[in-house]
Amino acid sequence: MEVKKYKQNINITPELQQRIDELISHYPADKRKSALLPVLHEVQDAHDNWLSAELMDKVAEILNITPIEVYEVVTFYTMYNQKPVGKYMFEFCLTSCCGIRGADDMMEYACEKLGVQPGETTPDGMFSVVGVQCLGACGYAPMMQLGDFYKEHLTREKIDKIIEDCKAGNVILHDK
Amino acid sequence: MATKILLDKINIPGIKSYDVYRQNGGYASVEKAIKSMTPDEITEEVKASGLRGRGGAGFPVGLKWSFIDKKSGKPRHLVCNADESEPGTFKDRYLMEHIPHLLIEGMITSSYALGANLSYIYIRGEYMWVFKILERAIKEAYAAGWLGKNILGSDYSLDLHVHCGAGAYICGEETALIESLEGKRGNPRIKPPFPAVSGLWSNPTVVNNVESIANVPWIVNNSGEAYSKIGLGRSAGTKLISASGHIRKPGVYEIEMGITVHEFINSDEYCGGMMDDRPIKALIPGGSSVPILPEHLIYKTANGEDRLMTYESLSDGGFETGSMLGSGGFIVYNDTACIVRNTWNFARFYAHESCGQCSPCREGTGWLEKILHRIETGNGTMEDIDLLWNIQSNIEGNTICPLGDAAAWPVAAAIRHFREEFEYHVLYPEKIKNRDHYVNEPFSTVKHLINK
Ligand SMILES: Cc1cc2nc3c(=O)[nH]c(=O)nc-3n(C[C@H](O)[C@H](O)[C@H](O)COP(=O)(O)O)c2cc1C
Ligand code: SF4
Ligand code: FES
Repeated sequence: MEVKKYKQNINITPELQQRIDELISHYPADKRKSALLPVLHEVQDAHDNWLSAELMDKVAEILNITPIEVYEVVTFYTMYNQKPVGKYMFEFCLTSCCGIRGADDMMEYACEKLGVQPGETTPDGMFSVVGVQCLGACGYAPMMQLGDFYKEHLTREKIDKIIEDCKAGNVILHDK
Repeated sequence: MATKILLDKINIPGIKSYDVYRQNGGYASVEKAIKSMTPDEITEEVKASGLRGRGGAGFPVGLKWSFIDKKSGKPRHLVCNADESEPGTFKDRYLMEHIPHLLIEGMITSSYALGANLSYIYIRGEYMWVFKILERAIKEAYAAGWLGKNILGSDYSLDLHVHCGAGAYICGEETALIESLEGKRGNPRIKPPFPAVSGLWSNPTVVNNVESIANVPWIVNNSGEAYSKIGLGRSAGTKLISASGHIRKPGVYEIEMGITVHEFINSDEYCGGMMDDRPIKALIPGGSSVPILPEHLIYKTANGEDRLMTYESLSDGGFETGSMLGSGGFIVYNDTACIVRNTWNFARFYAHESCGQCSPCREGTGWLEKILHRIETGNGTMEDIDLLWNIQSNIEGNTICPLGDAAAWPVAAAIRHFREEFEYHVLYPEKIKNRDHYVNEPFSTVKHLINK
């Protein structure tokens, strides 16, 4: 197996540090490790939506835990990305309730439009398309997650519009 | 109009905000509880209400509270389970998104009853925008004096925070959820000890579903007895139902327990009938983990009685001819749906979500997925159908947590009620090549081919 190494610039800005401190304050002083999941989300959001080994080490240092404790968690949960992904990641729910209301067709359409296969990223690093499991929007199918938000009742026209909006920089990914 | 407890104020403009919520009677239960009731009196009211856990298992909430260890003197915690990842379920999200203060009010009143001074809401990471809604609502509640030190001048103090997961269905299982809240992988713990004795950071902990906790303010305001009169028998109160699939109006509905399944699916107040007027083929009434019901067992039980939206009626007949109310994830299928494809789809979900600790679950869910995929793509054999049965029966009851059972039951029910469809897939592989194979040719129109 070929292991590819990707570089990541690590930058814990004062605002990010402040937010991390706030999250840590939600747990008793001797239970800093409890803040790990929320802190990883914040750090990932601030670093192009992925976590390099170096960044995980940095999180371990901040929380005063060992790096292995961070790796263990990052590899368990699907929302943490261990390699670069597209700036706009289209995550289509493919579970039954969405499946019977056209989810596979929608994902195929997005893939075709963007020229990628599920799981791939466009060469310019702008878009990724992936299939995921039930997101709790079963009554609003078909749907996908984009950043912190859901795009529901998808149609081909809506997907066209979302892609256009992403290209024009009109899509807010995170609610900070 | 049907009785509403949770969603009665949902249409008031601005109810999401603290001010509007408060102007409409919000936080009254906290006032009443702290000023005029002891914690044990609240637990007694909740017991008297007959409220059962809304997360899936239906365990009586008041009884669970009475198990919390108050003797050891360790700090106690209430953790709200907002992981909501059972396919077909999206009601907790609706409640938190539209009326977040109801959950916060419920958390304060319930924490007071349990003597918890530090409580958490554990929300799935994908609901990030709802996480933010709750964070802001909690800030408002702190600013208004409902959280923090000496609430309403009493000696009761409470800190409440939201914690987010990161994409793992298993974290909905209460001990996995606790592990995850401790910053670890979501591996369920072996019970006992139960969380009520040793939970979060080894402290006594109660884990309750969002909807369970959101019922508490009404019970405290109106009495447990009043609550017990709503609904039907041991299915007290209302239930949020997440309705999806081939119906005209998918969405979240609050029903009084006891209405018929027929009314729920067909009345305009709820699902509005079947989409495109196609015939109903199957129903999963309580989330992907509960057995699927075939057409003839949806509106009537095997005894010919009306099937009702209650814990008892939906499970009438056991697994042979019944199902479960579960989480209230109500998925309706018409005749274009393929049961084999659907069973495979869920098997893929469970294989993906197994935490991998126990071999029957880790290996079994993987095999179920592979064999179902083989059959669905036209490469299965008749022996495969028996093999599926064999595998599912070896998972059930042999694992640390109920995810193994949850993966096994849907497969068992699909084979029990729809075996002919599996056989059709084996016999006519060329007819099921297209993933929408039943759209132009529903199974009912080709069923006769099997006996030829
Ligand atoms: C695999 C698995 C997933 C679960 N997911 C959830 C969930 O998403 N939300 C929930 O409230 N309960 C879930 N539960 C049930 C919880 O373990 C627990 O029983 C429940 O949160 C208790 O709350 P209640 O008594 O108020 O229902 C799950 C259980 C299992 C085994
Ligand atoms: S039954 Fe499955 S999910 Fe539950 S602990 Fe065992 S391996 Fe993990
Ligand atoms: S099945 Fe797609 S969101 Fe639940």
